[in-house]
Amino acid sequence: MADIAQKWGGTREASLAQTSLARLFDWKPFLVFLCLLPAIGLLVVFLTYPLGLGLWLAFTDTKIGRGGAFIGLDNFVSLWHDPIFWTAVGNTIFYTATATVGKFALGLWLALLLNHNIPFKSLIRAIVLVPWIVPTVLSAVAFWWIYDPQFSIISYILKDVMHLRSTNIDFLGTPWAARLSLIAANIWRGIPFVAISLLAGLQTISPSLYEAAMLDGATPWQRFRHITAPMLMPVLSVVLTFSVLFTFTDFQLVYAITRGGPINSTHLMATLAFQRGIPGGQLGEGAAIAVSMIPFLIAATLFSYFGLARRKWQQGETND
Amino acid sequence: MTDAALSTPEPPAPERLGVISWESGPRKLVTVYLPLACFVIVLLFPFYWMAITTFKPNNELYNYKDFNPLFVHSPTLANVKKLFFETDYPQWLWTTMLIAIAATALSIFASVLAAYAIQRLRFRGANWVGLAIYLAYLVPPSILFIPLAAMVVKLGLFDSPLALILTYPTFLVPFCTWLLIGYFKSIPYELEECALIDGASRLQILRKITLPLAVPGLISAGIFAFTLSWNEFIYALTFISSSEVKTVPVGIVTELVEGDVYHWGALMAGALLGSLPVAVIYSFFVEYYVSSLTGAVKE
Repeated sequence: MADIAQKWGGTREASLAQTSLARLFDWKPFLVFLCLLPAIGLLVVFLTYPLGLGLWLAFTDTKIGRGGAFIGLDNFVSLWHDPIFWTAVGNTIFYTATATVGKFALGLWLALLLNHNIPFKSLIRAIVLVPWIVPTVLSAVAFWWIYDPQFSIISYILKDVMHLRSTNIDFLGTPWAARLSLIAANIWRGIPFVAISLLAGLQTISPSLYEAAMLDGATPWQRFRHITAPMLMPVLSVVLTFSVLFTFTDFQLVYAITRGGPINSTHLMATLAFQRGIPGGQLGEGAAIAVSMIPFLIAATLFSYFGLARRKWQQGETND
Repeated sequence: MTDAALSTPEPPAPERLGVISWESGPRKLVTVYLPLACFVIVLLFPFYWMAITTFKPNNELYNYKDFNPLFVHSPTLANVKKLFFETDYPQWLWTTMLIAIAATALSIFASVLAAYAIQRLRFRGANWVGLAIYLAYLVPPSILFIPLAAMVVKLGLFDSPLALILTYPTFLVPFCTWLLIGYFKSIPYELEECALIDGASRLQILRKITLPLAVPGLISAGIFAFTLSWNEFIYALTFISSSEVKTVPVGIVTELVEGDVYHWGALMAGALLGSLPVAVIYSFFVEYYVSSLTGAVKE
């Protein structure tokens, strides 16, 4: 009897503990806290804190392996008088502007082509995305080989096949040629993302709008100008924001193809920050360069997002 | 997001425009097929070039006079052999795989819970938490890598794969959470209400009802996270210095180039084989990929 009583008691205690635990897990504030803990924890420790730490480092003279002291605006003052820094700023702005225009012009064209009724459409769409999914650095290495001064395939085709020029093109040897080569590689890499996202936007436009316009005798250009363009604006603004943001902070292509050369003329702000901060060991100065990107980034994001998203209410949709 | 991810993303295109379109055959050839062919050729050419460089012997590689450079005349595996037996390449492949899988698992775990809390538990301020996580995605790694390097050194994680496994979630978690919130939205709340009435606890509901229904969303998030961690470069370049623990992209750029001598054959072989895993995964899940990409943008 005693045995049984003990057994009963034991299970009841266990089940009580179990229900109170279960109740705790059904208590909403606790559950919300528990569910958000891993994600918010990771983001606060490895994103928010470093963001603040980066701002602080920019005002110190920290070096790798040695803590630094607060030196006020010294890093920024020395950057202000640094011609390489200003070259990098100019390059970054030029690179972002040119590459974005190129990506969107060609990407929109490709999206419009893919929106036609064509055979093997899903296969072509799958192929088109390949440059975007393959590791950027690896395709950059392929571009580096394509831009080789001696064995470039482009030079070969222009010189020996088409006889358009008599010498090889020196893609990466002079500052402007190198800048344009990098931009071409960046556009190549960016077209798929823009095209596929805009294609998704195009497919949400109702065909009846085009039919109505055709019955009214609208030309293809008028159809594009007055139906496609305004209907595409909301998607376009989101894609543009992302594209500007990631082009402005690009690092991989430049690092893999030119490493900032020839003579520091193709550095972007990100690669210059890396060069000064990590191999150069001047963490404080590197952080100052990275921090100087933030105002540009905020301005570019606000401009591309609000500049275009404004169209949303002009179409009479609710602005949610 | 929801519609695109559930149904196949094929549009009602075939009949569209066909009703009253005046596009004739030859004209369509010039305005559509020709430019499209150019796009496909330009977009794929670097990969073709990578592939044929991989299989070319050295005498062909640098002799355009006697051999047409656009084709391989006597293919060889010497470059692949050199890559696998004379460099740390196999080691890099394993390290990258390990880091990508671990970072993906960690991110999916954190994202599922966060997305479930934001979308389903309906607490006050859920929208603000969602917005904050979305904004985290807009913070680029180029700004974070210097302070993170200082942190990694201080935590004693420098040169350890753990440094990458812990930092990759900074860009994976926002992306996956965003994708999964959209996915959870598409699952009818009534199913959960039924389970609540039957006395299931919230965690049981998540495990037995919501997650099984969200499997396609989990696959999308998983392949995206895996590809993004496989492709990551700047953190891997900054936090790792020994050759054995480098990832494939970093290893190829830093270890295969010795001074001024570029072994183009081996470099291209490395780039080709390093792209292969993501390309294979992509080819299996291409529909998930396209629909979640387009869905994420539309959302």
